[in-house]
Amino acid sequence: MTETSWTRKDLLALEDLSKEEIELILKTAESFKEVSAREVKKVPALRGKSIANLFFEASTRTRTSFEVAAKRLSADTINFSSSGSSTSKGESLSDTAKNIEAMQVDTIVMRHSSSGSAEYLSKVVKAGVINAGDGIHEHPTQGLLDIFTIKEKKKNITGLKVCLIGDILHSRVARSNIWGLTKLGAKVTVCGPPTLIPRGIEKLGVSVEYDVDKAIKDQDVLNILRIQLERQAGAFFPSIREYAAEYGISVDRMKKAKSDVIIMHPGPINRGVELAAEVADGANSVILEQVTNGIAVRMAVLFLTTMVER
Amino acid sequence: MKLVLDSPSIDRAVTRMAHEILEKNKGTQDLCLMGIQTRGVILAQRLKTQIQRIAKVEVPTGILDINLYRDDLTRVAEQPVIHKTEINFDLANKIVVLVDDVLYTGRTIRAALDALTDFGRPKRIEVAILIDRGHRELPIRADFVGKNIPTNEDEIVHVRFTETDGKEEVTVDQK
Repeated sequence: MTETSWTRKDLLALEDLSKEEIELILKTAESFKEVSAREVKKVPALRGKSIANLFFEASTRTRTSFEVAAKRLSADTINFSSSGSSTSKGESLSDTAKNIEAMQVDTIVMRHSSSGSAEYLSKVVKAGVINAGDGIHEHPTQGLLDIFTIKEKKKNITGLKVCLIGDILHSRVARSNIWGLTKLGAKVTVCGPPTLIPRGIEKLGVSVEYDVDKAIKDQDVLNILRIQLERQAGAFFPSIREYAAEYGISVDRMKKAKSDVIIMHPGPINRGVELAAEVADGANSVILEQVTNGIAVRMAVLFLTTMVER
Repeated sequence: MKLVLDSPSIDRAVTRMAHEILEKNKGTQDLCLMGIQTRGVILAQRLKTQIQRIAKVEVPTGILDINLYRDDLTRVAEQPVIHKTEINFDLANKIVVLVDDVLYTGRTIRAALDALTDFGRPKRIEVAILIDRGHRELPIRADFVGKNIPTNEDEIVHVRFTETDGKEEVTVDQK
C-alpha cells in the first residue's frame, strides 16, 4: 500500500519526482487503464474542469493522446496550436498562457521547442502545467508510459536492463526515461554514434556503449529512439544508410538479443532506418501497446495534478 | 472502543446474508456480486464462498472502485487512491448485489449506482451491507444487513478483516 499523496499541480520533469511519486502515477494509471476497455469509455472524475492543449511544436500522437485522456475523464479540452494563433503575431509565451488562464482553464498541457519553457510557464500561471515535451530537456509522460509498459511486460523494474539506442543528445524521451528508470532501480545503457551521446551522461547513472551489437546482448528492453531526419542528416553521421547499417535494429541484429527482449519506440518510426519494419511489427514489439498505455498514464497525470488545489 | 462483532459473529452474519440473498432472489439465476473497494471486495468474496457452499453455484463477482464517481471528489482534502475496477461479465439483465462493509450517508452507494450505469443496464440492483450505522443523507437503504448499529455522528465504525487488517472484528470508536 502506498502512503504517498500527490501534491503537485504541475508535472514538469521526472527529475523532480521521487520514486514513490512515480510509483503512485503508475499505480493510478493501472486503475485507469480499465476505463478505456469499457463500453462507455468515460468516468466523471474531472467533470467541469478545463484542460488546454498548447502545442508550439508539431505533434499528433501526444496531443491526441492528451485530448483523449482528458475526455475520458470528462474534462473539457481546448486546443491551441502555434500556427494560426497570436504567437505567430509575436505574442510572448507568458501573455498567451495568461490569456488562456483568464478563460478559467485548470490545467495547461504544453509542448515547446525551448528547454525549460514548461518550468517557466508553471511560475507565471496559477493553472497546472503538464510538460508535453520541452526542447531537448524532458518529455515526462512519454517516460512514464515507457516505464508503465516495461512494468506491465516485465513485472519488476529493479535490476532490469534497459538500453536506449539512437540520438541521445537531442532526445527528451531519453532523458525522461533515464531519470525515471534509474530512480526505480533499472540498469540503463545508452548506445549511439559518439556524436549523438552527450559527454558526461554517465553522471546520470547510465553506462555508455558505442557498439550496438555489444549493447543489445543481455538487455531486457530496447527502447529505440527516432533519428530526427530533418535535423541530423549529414551533421552527426555520414548518411542515413550508414546509420541504418551501424545502429539500425534489423532482423539479423535481433538474433543477438535475448529472445524475450521487448522492442519499444516512441514514434513516429522511420522504418528501415533506426528500426526494421519486420522488427517494428514483430512478436517482440510493444510499440502499439505504448500508445494504448499512454492514454492511461496521461489520465493518471491529468487526474492527479488537476485535483490539486490551485 | 466498543466491540460490536467478533470473528464468529461476522461469520454468522455473512452466512445469514448469503441465505437471505438466495431466498429473496429465489436462487442464483442472473445473480452476481459487486464488491466496493476495498473491504466490500473481501465481503463479496466471502458471500460468494457461502453462496457456493449453499447453492453449489459460483456466482460472477466483480470489483468496483467508486472514487472517480464521488460527489465530493474536488472537495476532499486528501486525494483518494484510485484502485482497480474489474468486471469481467456483462451486467445486462443481471441482478447485481452491491456489497460494502458500512452503510452511512449513502453517498458511496449513490456513486456505485452511477458507476454501474456506465457498465450496462442490470435488471435489478440490491445492496448488501455488513454494518448499517444510520445517518443517511440520501434516500438509500440496504436489502441485506449484517447488523444494525445505532451510532452517534462523532463515532467511527471500524470493520477489520484478516486480509486487510490482520484481525476480524467490528468496533465503534470515538473520533
